[in-house]
Amino acid sequence: MKQLTRRTILAAAPAALTLSVPFVSARAKDYGPGVTDKEIKLGNTGPYSGPASGYSPVPKSQVAYWKMINDQGGINGRMINFISYDDAYTPPKTVEMARKLVEDDKVFFIASPLGTPCNSAIWHYMNEKKVPQLFVATGATKWDDPKGHPWTIGWQPNYQSEGRIYAAYILKEKPGGKIGVLYQNDDFGKDYLKGVKDGLGDKASMVIVEASYETTDPTVDSQVVDMKAKGCDVFVNCGIPKFAAQAIRKAAEIQWTPLHVLSSIGNSVGATLKPAGLDNAKDLVSDFYLKDASDPKWKDDAGFKEWSAFMDKYIPDGDKLDQGFVAGASLAAMAAQVLKQCGDELTRENVMKQAANLHDITVPMLLPGIKADTSATDFAPLKQVQMAKFDGQRWNLFGDLIRGAIG
Amino acid sequence: MELLLQQVMAGLANGAIYACVALAVVMIYQAIDHLNFAQGEMAMFSTFIAWQLMTWGVPYWVAFAITIVLSFIAGVLIDRVLFRPVQNAPILSQIVAFIALFSILNSSAGQIWDYTIKSFPTPFGTAPLFGSGMIDAHEAGMIGITLILLGFLYAFFRGTRLGLAMRAAAANPVSARLVGIRVGWMTALGWGMAAALGAIAGMLIAPVVFLEPNMMIGVLLYGFAGAVLGGLTSPLGAVVGGFAVGVLENLAGTFIPYVGRELKLTLALIMIVIVLMFRPNGLFGRMVVSRV
Amino acid sequence: MTTLRDEDIAVSAAVPTQRAARLRPTLRHAIVAVFVAIAFAIPFVASSFVMFQLSEVLIYGLAILGLNLLTGFNGQFSLGHSAFYGLGAYTAAILMHNYEVNYLWTLPAAGVVCFGVGFLFGLPALRLQNLYLALATFALATAMPQILKFHALENWTGGVQGLVVDQPDPPDFLSMIDGDQWLYYVTLVVVLLMFAAAATLVRSRTGRAIMAIRDNPIAAAAMGINTSLYKTLTFGVSALYTGVAGALSALAVAFVAPDSFTIFLSISLLVGLVIGGVGSIPGCLFGGLFVLYVPNIANSLSNGLAGAIYGVILLIVIFVMPAGAAGFVRAVIARLSRWRQNPTEGGYR
Repeated sequence: MKQLTRRTILAAAPAALTLSVPFVSARAKDYGPGVTDKEIKLGNTGPYSGPASGYSPVPKSQVAYWKMINDQGGINGRMINFISYDDAYTPPKTVEMARKLVEDDKVFFIASPLGTPCNSAIWHYMNEKKVPQLFVATGATKWDDPKGHPWTIGWQPNYQSEGRIYAAYILKEKPGGKIGVLYQNDDFGKDYLKGVKDGLGDKASMVIVEASYETTDPTVDSQVVDMKAKGCDVFVNCGIPKFAAQAIRKAAEIQWTPLHVLSSIGNSVGATLKPAGLDNAKDLVSDFYLKDASDPKWKDDAGFKEWSAFMDKYIPDGDKLDQGFVAGASLAAMAAQVLKQCGDELTRENVMKQAANLHDITVPMLLPGIKADTSATDFAPLKQVQMAKFDGQRWNLFGDLIRGAIG
Repeated sequence: MELLLQQVMAGLANGAIYACVALAVVMIYQAIDHLNFAQGEMAMFSTFIAWQLMTWGVPYWVAFAITIVLSFIAGVLIDRVLFRPVQNAPILSQIVAFIALFSILNSSAGQIWDYTIKSFPTPFGTAPLFGSGMIDAHEAGMIGITLILLGFLYAFFRGTRLGLAMRAAAANPVSARLVGIRVGWMTALGWGMAAALGAIAGMLIAPVVFLEPNMMIGVLLYGFAGAVLGGLTSPLGAVVGGFAVGVLENLAGTFIPYVGRELKLTLALIMIVIVLMFRPNGLFGRMVVSRV
Repeated sequence: MTTLRDEDIAVSAAVPTQRAARLRPTLRHAIVAVFVAIAFAIPFVASSFVMFQLSEVLIYGLAILGLNLLTGFNGQFSLGHSAFYGLGAYTAAILMHNYEVNYLWTLPAAGVVCFGVGFLFGLPALRLQNLYLALATFALATAMPQILKFHALENWTGGVQGLVVDQPDPPDFLSMIDGDQWLYYVTLVVVLLMFAAAATLVRSRTGRAIMAIRDNPIAAAAMGINTSLYKTLTFGVSALYTGVAGALSALAVAFVAPDSFTIFLSISLLVGLVIGGVGSIPGCLFGGLFVLYVPNIANSLSNGLAGAIYGVILLIVIFVMPAGAAGFVRAVIARLSRWRQNPTEGGYR
């Protein structure tokens, strides 16, 4: 009997939602599903198992971060019940888990599901059910679409923007260069490649080698050898830490010294450059929006010390070199900011309204000067990056903050 | 021409990795008559143990030796605890047991040692041989060790009574028992040796690909392909197959236009399947005639 | 000295050949009828989400049945069924997304396409045995995501971004049920029909020929069975079943992407096959249940060690039920019937 009358119930949804909360207080606050006077239920999905389990620190650190928030008193007096499920980076599983969170666990919203295909799989569903899909943990360009998908909001500077920034830098530093691009054969890799080529505009023919790799490839040595042999003198290295490190090491081994641009995915000192050999990484150029936790430069920085203390207390055996823990903590901090801004008006509509109402918001591990900004027509909170050059010990930031070209 | 040569060299370097793994694959196949899916994960786990020992200050060769011994013991234990109960079960059930082992090892390694990549030292150094950097000392060392292991295995299986007993136990356990071979212990020995071999392979591979829990997944795939290409009954075939896969894959990626780069793996596997069409038991495998 | 090598009978050993331990036909039919009735009644009491999950269970069960036909009944080992599943899913998605074909027509279309590809793959597969066939099918499974991502095909496949599919709506005269329930019923009907077809096939002369090839290919050939034809046809039919399952999954999930159809899916199907019981048709549904729910259970126990817990559960199940759930049920029935026949002896061994 639930089923047959569901359509009628759904027709009166907004009012019904507020009435469905079990303990309606006498003050009749406006609550969405998953919210009570004492608790807010949030949902999350991420790859805890499977071949993409290397990203598991991102959801793991979010779980720990919300625990910390609860220990500090919660948000506006409410404890956060953060439910995080494994989707093994397989879209059908993400759909199942998202539906579980929304229909079974009845969460208030889903925060930072990880992965482009995974978020693509639930994109339509979340918007149809009008459940906020907040700060998705992927850098695809499509999430900045307030008109078409008003319930989904992105987070990080998107990959295509970064690609364009690399292109602009190359045009300035080596306008006649021959470029080789190393990229992962999936959505984020192809986005980087597209960004670089679009950024070069009519000079896109500067890219003479487009070398892809699969995560199952043991090494990318062959790709690097190929680039040198074909005469490339610019190398755009968009590999994840393992492959970025292999490429850096191989380039040094074969005595190839191109203008080496590293993407933000693989620029951590501890996770990528050290294994590759710090000396091999001299003069590398990259872009940052988060602080590199393994860079000695931030040793005395207040934001870093806060994050470090969080790691020591809540994830003591977590590897501090893994930037996934930085990303996750920052994602959770941003979501906490949105909840704070909601105050006691805890409806899903207000969540999106506040998410679209971020001005000059920072979280501890963002680069100094970088702020999150959103509006009703701008669903890309982080747009700025800053370039840096590696001197063999640390990354030295240079230039001004660059605003991403798209979104 | 220089590009061809460089890619062949790079392919041989990769191929050394696959050859190592292929050897371990053939080893376990000779011992227990089917493929152990978890071979790669066992090797990865052993390598992590070596890494942990070195992090605690144990010198390289001591850690190397300890790891091999521990891996051997672990292999025997896995046989006794895991394999023995399902020994009489259908072969597919045994395969599922291996899948379970894979899952357990992979997940535990990730939980214990995290997913950041770790450098693993090499005893050979990284100085390039022949100056131009086409192949470095470690890669040469890897090829050398693989060939030594190959020689050792060949001598063991063909030349010693124990090796013969192992092959008999795997090929025909019933008859082997009738002539007095302790089949159970032969299987355990085979597991132990395969685990030790895998550990060596892992410790040779890690300096090249960096140590992390998912390090062996792709490598096992190629190693398996190499073993099959060479013929699962022949250690020499495994090594040749491994090198062949490495070179094939590199050349396909570099020289086949349009599709080569993106479909590298597919093309390599297709070529292997084509080879198997003409030689269904692999390049060096022996055709076993069965009469009814 | 030559003997039949162990691995030649390896896969056939996977199926216990005892025939005695079966229930009386009327009892069997009654049980099936009860299950079917329950299956039709569930949507009235369960939530939409559970309907979605049960649809997925049915879909996995169908996919596993495809694998079962090839591996369990015909002895050809396949690690490549994720490719057929993906092929079926993409066929359905492309037809709906690019050509606006009605979703019901995509099912037979996916079946035909997969039958063709499966049959063609079965031809070279004739020459390969066991592990060599495993490698070839492994190659197929690894090739599929690469092909799906291939840039030249992007206009059809959506490349790495995948394709969004509209979930089918119930027809107008059934407007009181929602999309999930409708999809469940469609899936249920398709699955029941295909299971029935498989059961009929298996019990027919063709089925016996197929199983004869598994049990003793040389004897089968000696008896005049055209092994090549049957083996390739079985490959085709097996691919058809898994392909239709894939098409149904495209409708259920409403999204297809290369990452959904990797070798890990093939391994899951294999696990489901074994857990359900190789060579057992109803066992496939149990396999589907296992494949969907056990990872969730493992995940709920520990996020970080989900994989390890899954492995442990898998081991325990295999130790307790080496021949899968169907084998376990068979053993129980055998024991019960022995006990019934010899009340003083049978049950006390």
